[in-house]
Amino acid sequence: MAAPFDTPVLGDVTERGIPALKAGAMAGSKPYVAAAAHQEPLGFPGVLEDGWEKKAIGHMGELLGKYRSLQVFMDICVKCGACTDKCHFFLGTSDPKNMPVARADLFRSVYRRYFTAAGKLAPGLVGAREMNKETLDEWFNYFHQCSQCRRCSVFCPYGIDTAEISMAARDIMDAIGQGQKYCNEIIGKVHRIGNNLGLPPPALLDTLEGLEEDMEADTGVAVKMPIDVHGAEVLLVTPSADFFAEPHVLGLIGYAKVFHAAGTSWTLSTKASEAGNFGMFIGNYEQMRKISLRIREAALELGVKRIIFGECGHAWRVAYSFLNTLAGPWDFLDPRYPVPQHILEFTNDLISRKGIKLDKSGNDGMVLTVHDSCNVARGARMGDKPGGQFTIPRDVIRASVPKFVDMHPDTICDKTFCCGGGGGLLTDELIELRVKGSVPRMEALKAVVEQDGVTHMAAMCAICKAQFTKILPYFGHDREMVVSVHQLVSNAIVLGDND
Amino acid sequence: MAYTSNGATIEADEEGYLINITEWDEGLADQIAKDEGITMSPEHWEVVNFLREYYSEYQIAPAVRVLTKAIAKKMGPDKGNNKYLYELFPYGPGKQACKIAGLPKPTGCV
Repeated sequence: MAAPFDTPVLGDVTERGIPALKAGAMAGSKPYVAAAAHQEPLGFPGVLEDGWEKKAIGHMGELLGKYRSLQVFMDICVKCGACTDKCHFFLGTSDPKNMPVARADLFRSVYRRYFTAAGKLAPGLVGAREMNKETLDEWFNYFHQCSQCRRCSVFCPYGIDTAEISMAARDIMDAIGQGQKYCNEIIGKVHRIGNNLGLPPPALLDTLEGLEEDMEADTGVAVKMPIDVHGAEVLLVTPSADFFAEPHVLGLIGYAKVFHAAGTSWTLSTKASEAGNFGMFIGNYEQMRKISLRIREAALELGVKRIIFGECGHAWRVAYSFLNTLAGPWDFLDPRYPVPQHILEFTNDLISRKGIKLDKSGNDGMVLTVHDSCNVARGARMGDKPGGQFTIPRDVIRASVPKFVDMHPDTICDKTFCCGGGGGLLTDELIELRVKGSVPRMEALKAVVEQDGVTHMAAMCAICKAQFTKILPYFGHDREMVVSVHQLVSNAIVLGDND
Repeated sequence: MAYTSNGATIEADEEGYLINITEWDEGLADQIAKDEGITMSPEHWEVVNFLREYYSEYQIAPAVRVLTKAIAKKMGPDKGNNKYLYELFPYGPGKQACKIAGLPKPTGCV
């Protein structure tokens, strides 16, 4: 259990300053190291073995050769300082090592020592650093205080992407036997059981049956949760948290009602019962590919025509930006539809051409705002227009609720702040980091609650939903203040027989 | 970490979840609950027993909604909700109740 800590006092979102530095404030924050039982099934060494230092540098060299971006990020930083106050973890913890430039320099200092002439000849003069246990420990702690949200890269005049540096660092640590328990245990479950939760098919079937009963009891309409249906038009790939947790499951119910109302045949899959792809968080291309290939196999086996992703932030980044490379070509799918599509895109399209009917009174009394998920906002797009990832979720929410307001412009769309739990940090031992990292979002939320009477915040990512459920009570809010976007659709949708 | 129960050492992971779930017994559950600041009442046992039954059938803890429905059936509709379960297990019915029931921690985005 994590040590007690003080919940930060929230400031004014319109007057956010650079916090007074507290050096070493988060030096002790780290996730659990993965045990051999969680490392070895992924092909990583179980523990640090003799000679790991050399192996780490060798792996760094490989990554620098493979990813030109990483090489450029190492050489191009001019220390302008534009990124320093853009990271939620720095703003929430005041630890200067959580400034993006400082985080990147953890990697860069080792790069300099082994890959530049100056660093080889006079390391002390150029801030070059040996790869040793002390360096590794600092890497482990601070590369697990980055949620790979990429907000800093929006403000970097050179476009340095700290997320990519964090991913590379984590990949190196896995390769030498110092992985992170949370991510690697979960990836193991995806390979062994099919999803992050470790929900075996019989449990999944039982859960879905229960949901069908609930929906029929609530609406009087037999809305289905089909699974492994051959020849269905749409394969829905959604985070396994949608089957398990609240408010996630209310979103899943929303998807089912939309498919029902639109008359679209759809199916879930026991094989691809997970949209999430933690291979990205650990920066491991092979894992990312293996996890993605399950979706291809499921789509082929079931003979579907389209693939739609449920509300999951990083899954959508992998799906939208990388899926074709990882698991394509998708020439067996219906070419009239984008591969893949987002459920919000699907629902929004139906709303705009009146394919489904919404009655806002289903959400009476609610005033909504929306939290843009980092990987949706900065790692992908949605629909066929630039900025669709911002307008589509808002259009769906507006169509479903009586009142919607946005939070402060510095905290939404491409400038959105991470929820504080992204990038493989949604684990209990990091709760202090998660609470502190949520401060910028909580400040912006507080402002709209006070000024506009906001009652609920919609999220479109399983991690954001779980993180907010956990941390909202620290700031005096009800945990049920966070809702799924499709939960709102679910409350508003008019099902045929109910008309 | 590890627990001591009836003179035997019972291995647990860093957070106190049992490594070998067959080593669980009711005395150990009381002890884990105490470490979590919980005194086991008949209501707590209803939840823990249901989790164990479900786990033995499905090899996973039930989804939150499955749990609330089962509790509503057993203890009355006023108790079949998240709020009541959080009153019993303030750190979250999923994780805290699983730990006391000797089951693995639910993982993922939950």
